[in-house]
Amino acid sequence: MEIAEYGGQEVAGVARVEGPIVVVTGLGNVGYDEVAEVVDSQGRIRRGRVLEVGEGVAVVEVFAGTIGLSIEDTHVRFLGRSMRLPVSTEMLGRVFDGLGVPIDGGPEPLAERWADVNGQPINPTARVYPRDYIQTGISALDGMNTLVLGQKLPLFSGSGLPHDQLAAQIVRQATLPLSEREGGGGGGRFAIVFAAMGVKHDVAEFFRDSFAASGALTRVAMFLNLADDPPIERLVTPRAALTLTEFLAFERGLHVLVVLTDMTNYCEALRQISNIRGEVPSRKGYPGYLYSDLASIYERTGRIEGSNGSITQLPILTMPNDDITHPVPDLTGYITEGQIVLSRELFQRGIYPPIAVLPSLSRLMKDGIGEGHTRADHAHLSAQLYASYAHVHDVRALASVIGEEELTSVDQRYLKSGQAFEREFVGQGTTENRTVEETLDTGWRVLSILPREELTRVSEEEIAQYYNLPPRGGD
Amino acid sequence: MSKTSVQVGRVIWVNGPVVRARGSQRVGMLEVVEVGDEHLVGEVIGLELDIITIQVYEETSGLHPGAPVYGIGMPLSVELGPGLLQSIFDGVQRPLPVLKQRSGAFIGRGIKTTPLYRKQKWAFTPRVEAGDVVQGGTILGVVPETLLIEHRIMVPPDVSGRLTWVAPEGEYTIEEPIARLTPLNPPYEGGSPPSTSPMEGGQRGVSGERALTMFHRWPVRRPRPYRRRLPPSELLVTGQRVLDAFFPLAKGGAAAIPGGFGAGKTIAQHQIAKWSDADVVIFVGCGERGNEMTEVLQEFPDLTDPRSGHPLMERTILIANTSNMPVAAREASIYTGITLAEYYRDMGYHVALMADSTSRWAEALREISGRLEEMPAEEGYPAYLAARLAEFYERAGYVTTLNGAPGSVSVIGAVSPPGGDFSEPVTQHTSRFIRCFWALDKALASARHFPAINWLESYSEYVGEVSDWWREQGHEDWHALREQALEILQRENRLQQVVKLVGPDALPDDQRLILETARLLREGFLQQNALDEVDSYATIEKQMRMLQIILHFHERSVRIIAKGCPIIVIHDLPIVNTLVRMKTTVPNEQVEQIDEIWKALDEQMDQVKKDYM
Repeated sequence: MEIAEYGGQEVAGVARVEGPIVVVTGLGNVGYDEVAEVVDSQGRIRRGRVLEVGEGVAVVEVFAGTIGLSIEDTHVRFLGRSMRLPVSTEMLGRVFDGLGVPIDGGPEPLAERWADVNGQPINPTARVYPRDYIQTGISALDGMNTLVLGQKLPLFSGSGLPHDQLAAQIVRQATLPLSEREGGGGGGRFAIVFAAMGVKHDVAEFFRDSFAASGALTRVAMFLNLADDPPIERLVTPRAALTLTEFLAFERGLHVLVVLTDMTNYCEALRQISNIRGEVPSRKGYPGYLYSDLASIYERTGRIEGSNGSITQLPILTMPNDDITHPVPDLTGYITEGQIVLSRELFQRGIYPPIAVLPSLSRLMKDGIGEGHTRADHAHLSAQLYASYAHVHDVRALASVIGEEELTSVDQRYLKSGQAFEREFVGQGTTENRTVEETLDTGWRVLSILPREELTRVSEEEIAQYYNLPPRGGD
Repeated sequence: MSKTSVQVGRVIWVNGPVVRARGSQRVGMLEVVEVGDEHLVGEVIGLELDIITIQVYEETSGLHPGAPVYGIGMPLSVELGPGLLQSIFDGVQRPLPVLKQRSGAFIGRGIKTTPLYRKQKWAFTPRVEAGDVVQGGTILGVVPETLLIEHRIMVPPDVSGRLTWVAPEGEYTIEEPIARLTPLNPPYEGGSPPSTSPMEGGQRGVSGERALTMFHRWPVRRPRPYRRRLPPSELLVTGQRVLDAFFPLAKGGAAAIPGGFGAGKTIAQHQIAKWSDADVVIFVGCGERGNEMTEVLQEFPDLTDPRSGHPLMERTILIANTSNMPVAAREASIYTGITLAEYYRDMGYHVALMADSTSRWAEALREISGRLEEMPAEEGYPAYLAARLAEFYERAGYVTTLNGAPGSVSVIGAVSPPGGDFSEPVTQHTSRFIRCFWALDKALASARHFPAINWLESYSEYVGEVSDWWREQGHEDWHALREQALEILQRENRLQQVVKLVGPDALPDDQRLILETARLLREGFLQQNALDEVDSYATIEKQMRMLQIILHFHERSVRIIAKGCPIIVIHDLPIVNTLVRMKTTVPNEQVEQIDEIWKALDEQMDQVKKDYM
């Protein structure tokens, strides 16, 4: 990824090697966060980055690990600048390693310019507040947790749950809002950046096949740090991917959908480095700056003034032991604009996508729906579905104690509507692509199982219009 | 920073935002320094012989040992003067729109700019004359800063003397002198200790005469002086029913809103920022989402103040340090905010400060502390966390200012406990220093009950203090209504435990009525839709009428059920639905519509009574 440049400095003095870290002594002017090249006795180069500098001393993390490095024969070259990535539109359709070096056998892409992988914070006054919804064709999202162009909406999942299928389906079916489609000539303004951190080969293959099947492969850039790749490299992977993304979105006006998987692996790499450096841990051994570090990834999302493009992030993370209070999902939820939570229980009952609607949330939904966006009744309808479905859970708990027969007739109707909600509204095919109207009408059919008086979140007029809609298909 | 800087040392160590330098032993603790060739702004946080430890407010990438460190000779300070309102600053009071002009959509490094715009002329009307003896806090004159707020130009707190000259009415920039004075002895009166730092209210002339301008600087970590503290006794009206009626915050009080992600902290804060009856609102976005600040920026200019009809932005100052902006500036942003709040308080205004979120601020402390390799206390937080929180919340208060006017700063701090667990250190320590606790509940949020403030876990210690205020507003029954309503909700909670085991049908009708009334209270009163035009804000008049009619419903039902009428009859009355919907159907300006509902309620009840007598 880096073109060897002169002007840096080379020293021989490696004083200490510990895990993925080397301590280099005898230096002059090395800066914090500078890129280093560690050259072993055979002349092979490994990339690294400065984590700490003192007078004549630098602590360097080596992405490829330190196996085989010796104190005596190792040279370290400092490049005098922080890590940069060459960016260009022709990187779409290519596959890179976790540091951004092509691994698809093709030539190095021609750089339109070099960009610092750390990026810079977006000035809040330069942001454009995201208001245009993306139709994903998935009811539990479109109806209940609408995705908005420029949003960061993670999937909180667990091992074995179909988060990959869901993410692939979202990417495949995502349709830009009408206004954006008219503005810029259809699919030509759409791009996908995929970053894999520590996931298995099969997962990367699955995404690749899925992009290929939808004919989008030429509009996808993949950054792969797989399970058997050096873990420390993972710390750069999402940043490299987002650096290209920012270029495509804000300088080339593309609407970029970014899939980052799996953020839990990323955080574990961060913890590993932190532990080796002997930093004071906070919860579960993760460093105290995990929040700031994750924010420096997730906040590279949105829309800015003076650019037609946008960045929408779909990070995937597996919650260890399905625990949503684990530091990784917890801190993520505080930074991202909502979360989509997958449920093992729904999955085991054969419902796809197994989206647990109650703990899921899209914070930007409120401004992206309603009249002029989706449909006027959308906000009330989704609030009513949430409230009713929350009550279904209470009724189920009660039924498990006193038996279904003992329930009041109203509560029995709640049970029925809960079943219908899970089977017909949340549940759908892996290739089923519903319009927003279909989604909302299905929602009304679920509500129509309940007595009218129970529907206090929707207005009388809406009840008059949509309650007891005829079944889908009509004929 | 307009002061000239001198080199005081050289960098010897860099670790993220923490930098050590070797140099002059004359650098003061908490003094502002500029680091490296890019002049990154930082603050001295530790001194040991010739080693200076600095936290840097900007990204330190590329900074290397040997880089120069420059001293400014003053602590981290804010500029106080006209032009603060309607602004958006970063954590160290750099105006973000200016940063945008200089470095585009992304925030660059080492940009130097003044917080207040120097070239704007402000219409100054003097309120004093030459010959007057003035002291810290005396109002020299006024400037219409916005249509909503008159900016009162005050003598800086540590200055006093006899005026030798006062500028005539006219337009001046903030740098032009508007008065001159000669100091009198003793120079300090009241409780204000002599300043140890050079405050800039103007320049000292050769004759000892001092020129005063419309702005001065004040160090953010030092509370501004006042004459005396008063007990908080006035309600800070927020228009949010669950807050005003159930868990009131007094002006000058401190409240915390703890809640896990998605529980609605931010919307609750935005609602208070929009609708509270504070004169000035300061919103500190501390380590939160960029889009949320953008939302405020785009939404507030379009919202009008329900009392004056002017855009809400005219009374608002925003301080934004989003989660990916440098962490040390996040630590400073809270102090920047509260100092601005105290400044408007000193003019005699009621100021509300929202800090979203204080947990991010505490985490910034932890991050810096970790990099300093300090011994951690609980969960890696430094041992001084509690002390810092206490210092911050104590800057809230209702005071008599130096010029004798009443003014207040109310602080509302959001807390983001990891995993929504209130036993963590920030929530625990915070609850010791606030008197109003608005506990957000994930389960309520999941059921889309907003604001998701749990009525069983929340509390307000200001209930006694604001009772008189309610009485003065003509609502003598507020305290009684509140007690009654809370009791019904508490009884509901106990009954729900039974219902979970045996179902509601097994309960006797008088207990089922409790469930019915509690549902009315929850859905018809406590739930408030921030997005609904009518419901977003409720006047205290409307709040009281709503509470009265729901409790009236309860009383009448109790009597009818005692006569043997089954609960289902009451449940099926059309009035029940009307009561649930009145929050959105009755506009604030037409509260008398509730009288109509009241009449309908009585009629329906009379009918039922007739049927069962």
